[in-house]
Amino acid sequence: MTEFQPVLSLRGIHKAFDGLVAIQNFSLDLFSSKIVALVGDNGAGKSTIIKVISGIYPPTSGEILLEGEMVNFSNASSSRSRGIEVVHQDLALVDEQPVYMNMFLGKELTKTPFGLLDKARMRQESQNLVDGLDVRIPSTNLAIRNLSGGQRQGIAIARAVHWASKLILLDEPTAALGVAETAKVEELVSSLRERKLAILLISHSLDQVFRLADQICVLRRGEQIGIRETCKTNKNEIISMITGVD
Amino acid sequence: MEGSYLFSKRLNLQKNLIYFGFLGIFLFFAITLYNDGFLTTRNLTNIVLQTAPATIMAIGLVFVLSSGEIDLSFGSIVAVSALTTALVLQSAPLIMGIMAGLGAGLAIGFFNGILVAYLRLPSFLVTLATMGLFAGIARSMTNLRSIPVLNDTFTGIFGSGKLFSIPSLVIWTILAVLIGHIVYRHTRFGAHILAVGDNARAAQVSGISVARVRLYALTLCGGLAGLAGMLYAGRLQAAKYTLGESDLMTVIAAVIVGGTALYGGKGSIIGALFGSLMMGMLNNGLILMGLDVSDQMIVRGVIILLAVALSLRNFNRI
Repeated sequence: MTEFQPVLSLRGIHKAFDGLVAIQNFSLDLFSSKIVALVGDNGAGKSTIIKVISGIYPPTSGEILLEGEMVNFSNASSSRSRGIEVVHQDLALVDEQPVYMNMFLGKELTKTPFGLLDKARMRQESQNLVDGLDVRIPSTNLAIRNLSGGQRQGIAIARAVHWASKLILLDEPTAALGVAETAKVEELVSSLRERKLAILLISHSLDQVFRLADQICVLRRGEQIGIRETCKTNKNEIISMITGVD
Repeated sequence: MEGSYLFSKRLNLQKNLIYFGFLGIFLFFAITLYNDGFLTTRNLTNIVLQTAPATIMAIGLVFVLSSGEIDLSFGSIVAVSALTTALVLQSAPLIMGIMAGLGAGLAIGFFNGILVAYLRLPSFLVTLATMGLFAGIARSMTNLRSIPVLNDTFTGIFGSGKLFSIPSLVIWTILAVLIGHIVYRHTRFGAHILAVGDNARAAQVSGISVARVRLYALTLCGGLAGLAGMLYAGRLQAAKYTLGESDLMTVIAAVIVGGTALYGGKGSIIGALFGSLMMGMLNNGLILMGLDVSDQMIVRGVIILLAVALSLRNFNRI
């Protein structure tokens, strides 16, 4: 039974800023090991959805259910403590710090008795993590600024995987990457299914959406146009849903 | 893996500039001033003793700069703390004097911190204003008079005393550098300071309280300036409003030359120590060379300019 219970359910989400409607009547179920893509033009409300789920914006009305339990996230920390991680478009990495410090940013490991940083363990765990996800970097001692765009994206996703137990929200994970790096990151995103995580992917690339997603949810000007199974739809249908032109 | 790590270290020649500069200036003075007594133990010890307060201030400034803020008021904090300690010691026991001096520094730093961290005023302007404000308060506290410090225990601990024949100022310097380095490199607080200074948004979405980190950095800097003020008072056995006044440029230069970024995110406590020692050595050497005060200022200005230019030059920046 729990197999078919969604990890996260949004029901009738409505969000307005000073009377301006950003999202109306949005409902979506996210299941573990499934990737759902959220598509729509600029300003359609994709980022607002991400912020509502991660607790940055509380919804004006509507319900959020995490594994069937109603939740009310007041800030980003409260959603993270329930196993929801966001990979932001700007990655939120600290350039001058080594990979292992970024992996544990804000949640650094310490050792007794003086509470000093346990760098050896952070290095080791980071190494295991990047190895397990096949993110290829020369060393976890390297500062982020010495890594390529694809490697940085890999680190940001690996960090989310480390801390997320239920759901990862990916905001434009390949927007700034070249062809080869995009392929590598897509491979990584696809592999997250094996970790029993639910994934919500925002992307502007329909090719990518069709390569990765199990379901596609279309937004237009804050309105939910529809949800399609990727295998039962085609690009033309999705494009006409996004633009509203037949 | 080890190889590429070393490679990235070697690319950072600029980061180690301070040690080459330090060595270069040392050798230059050692050779040219050999007959003027530069190399004597007494002179070298003197340099360390004279730079002790500046080194302590520099450590505080490393924390503030690393968090992406700046403190220009530490010189005034030095004067206020020294005077507060001296005044309290006139009628109260040792411990009260120490707490008053340290407390004054922490309180002013906390005041800076509240304005910067919670009211989000630019630290440059806030501390520029408090620099003037507390310089004025230092002057009015005693009507420009200097206050003698007659408590022998105090002057022993904070200035002229020795422990196992090591001068207390040297012990203070070693302690401050050691603890400062550990806090900066090996605690979560240090890591959060660097994260906030590097990318405040990333720090915030990672659950770090950015405002609190900035507040603590500025408070710590105030506290260390307070300690520096007490070291001056202890060594000179008197406090005056001019204490710390001339340290602003020297300390900022020492910290920047020591490899701390002006805009946050990276720095070095050990580098700041060597930067401070280098500035002290420069002062000492130029005096031994017999330059008069105006020439000393000019030479020192040029050397600081050169050193800062070399350590800040970013070949990748447009």
